[in-house]
Amino acid sequence: MEFFLVTLLNSLSYGLLLFMLSSGLTLIFSMMGVLNFAHASFYMLGAYFAYQTGLYVGFWPALFLAPLLVGALGALTERYGLRTVHKFGHVAELLFTFGLAYVIEEIVHLIWGRAPVDYRIPAGLDFTLFTLFTTQYPAYRAFMMLVSVGMLAALYLGLTRTRIGLVIQASLTHPDMVEALGHNVPRVFMLVFAGGAALAGLAGVIGGNAFITEPGMAVAVGSIVFVVVVFGGMGSLTGAFIASLIIGALQTFSVALDYSMLDLFAKIGVSVPPNSSWHGLWSITISQTAPVMPYLLMVLMLIVRPRGLMGTRES
Amino acid sequence: MKPKYALTLFIWMLMSSLAATAPAQDSIKIAFIEGLSGPFANVGEIGLRHYQIATEAVSARGGVLGGKKLEIVPFDSKTNPQEALLVLRQAIDQGIRYIAQGNGSSVALALADGVAKHNARNPEKSVVFLNYAAVDPVLTNDKCTFWHFRFDADGDMKMRALTNYMATQKGIKKVYLINQDYSFGQAVAKSARAMLNAKRPDVEIVGDDLHPLGRVKDFSPYVAKIKATGADSVITGNWGNDLALLVKAGKDAGLKVDYYTYYAGAASVVTAIGDAGVGHVKQVTTWHANIGGKGAAEHTVAYRARFPDVRDDLYFSSVRVAIDALAVAMEKAKSADPAKVAGAMEGLKLEDDSGEVTIRADNHQLIQPLYVSTLVHANGKDVKFDVEKTGLGFRTDARIEGKDTVMPTTCKMQRP
Repeated sequence: MEFFLVTLLNSLSYGLLLFMLSSGLTLIFSMMGVLNFAHASFYMLGAYFAYQTGLYVGFWPALFLAPLLVGALGALTERYGLRTVHKFGHVAELLFTFGLAYVIEEIVHLIWGRAPVDYRIPAGLDFTLFTLFTTQYPAYRAFMMLVSVGMLAALYLGLTRTRIGLVIQASLTHPDMVEALGHNVPRVFMLVFAGGAALAGLAGVIGGNAFITEPGMAVAVGSIVFVVVVFGGMGSLTGAFIASLIIGALQTFSVALDYSMLDLFAKIGVSVPPNSSWHGLWSITISQTAPVMPYLLMVLMLIVRPRGLMGTRES
Repeated sequence: MKPKYALTLFIWMLMSSLAATAPAQDSIKIAFIEGLSGPFANVGEIGLRHYQIATEAVSARGGVLGGKKLEIVPFDSKTNPQEALLVLRQAIDQGIRYIAQGNGSSVALALADGVAKHNARNPEKSVVFLNYAAVDPVLTNDKCTFWHFRFDADGDMKMRALTNYMATQKGIKKVYLINQDYSFGQAVAKSARAMLNAKRPDVEIVGDDLHPLGRVKDFSPYVAKIKATGADSVITGNWGNDLALLVKAGKDAGLKVDYYTYYAGAASVVTAIGDAGVGHVKQVTTWHANIGGKGAAEHTVAYRARFPDVRDDLYFSSVRVAIDALAVAMEKAKSADPAKVAGAMEGLKLEDDSGEVTIRADNHQLIQPLYVSTLVHANGKDVKFDVEKTGLGFRTDARIEGKDTVMPTTCKMQRP
């Protein structure tokens, strides 16, 4: 019971962090029809910016400053990068974001070096919030969840209850009509791109010190975020939310499952001799395959339901 | 930009890049092939600093073979066997005949094999491999080669020392094994299980986990699992961030276990656990700053003086011994020819901080004392030096003499 509850909390905080990353990506996708390969790089930049600004102004101002900086960078990327290559089609846009991811990684290497930087949890949040049976639950994990949920609520209300949210939604589906009504659609696109980048930046600010801030962090989460977006359905926020929680739980819980095919065979009365050439394969436990699970899930989803959980497009 | 300026700029860039790669006239180069980017970049940089200070010390003593300097040339292997083989080729093409590597036994196995193949094809351009930290026992057993020398103690030697110490700790009832899922981690898990069963049959092994190497950023699911088993001790061969993040997650969740480790003394592990690790973090090493004696103190102080801006401390004695052995063997062979130097290194005896150390001729494993130590508060007396400016340092619990660490070997050395 203790194990289950603690693992559930862990999986929730991880899933919510994944959602913060994937929400921006899926918004940008539904808007421009392009997967932004550099999205996880904005996550990394968020962590590094928070580390750097935090050195001068402390963690709390950095929590707001770093996402703003990343958002501004996102706006510039859209305005002077993506919009310029847009006329050459989707492949050019895709290649642009792909190249941008490498450029950002190299810039991070140049500025902050290749080793991890010492970006730490602020002292004010470095305490035990409560003790669940005998396991301590760190306050920072709760803070991460709080920020994620707060952001989720703000995003939902912003998109459905405000004027600008309605314009964004309309621009996604009927850009020509919105333009005819006198709105500046390219600027809306730029805003959404900046917003998505800022969300990734915010995830970096709170994820960078909980885990580790190093130049490889973008690559490490990048592939998982794509899995979330594809699994949840391209362009669907609800889908991304559900997929984040499922994949968070899958990765966290599968660590605990020490069952292998050997156990299954033993259950049905088949024994595999240890010297058989298949013994090695069958003795791999579920916990060892935990890192592969999300990708397996994505492949299965693509076979069974190519548009994903909540997606509307087939492509 | 006018074409003339562009040309000037181009020539200037060309010249400056040539200046950077131009070989120093009288130096013997050693290629340092290590993960200098990626998840283990910090450990790679620590190793690089160790090689810098060790080679500078040799140069300061007047160099080798009548004043030649030793020079370290770093290459990034990304801690990946395939990448390491590519940069090995680069290093050889640049005329470098000595290579050093240590982080990741999978990389070391690839390099040892690559070096042996290269030397068989090009005996006149042979290469020697100085291994300072890759401790998979197979490197000095079934996969041993004449060109590979290991200056760290192998995983089984360390595990024997560690389990001998654990056998005296009556409080241990339930042990959890958590290791990285690659050749070395699997070897640690296997030997820990076998040796514990033999020495303490009453101890129950309640868990045996292998996690992906360098890819886990959040160990809290593993900590929850360890906690659920009620383990009182954890044995792990993890290194770098894989250990720092494990103990950090354990501290955050209030996990109360003793950590029996190979690598707690380096790469931010002590920083990560802090005071929560006092009395609970143990390591088995070939050296630590508080083993006593003049050498250990002098080397620790010299490292801090040489690298005042970094948080890490001197950790690997193996690097110093490797470079000293190389210098002595070159003098003994009166040549920098790798084949002659490798021959001269066999059976070589040296003095280091812990006493006399010997390179075994039959499998090229360095025989040296081992120390089991525990993390405690630095007190200025027997724990004079702390780690990473934390105020915490290691105190020796047991010293195992070199002769007691010797293991039988299955190595059938093929000499050229």
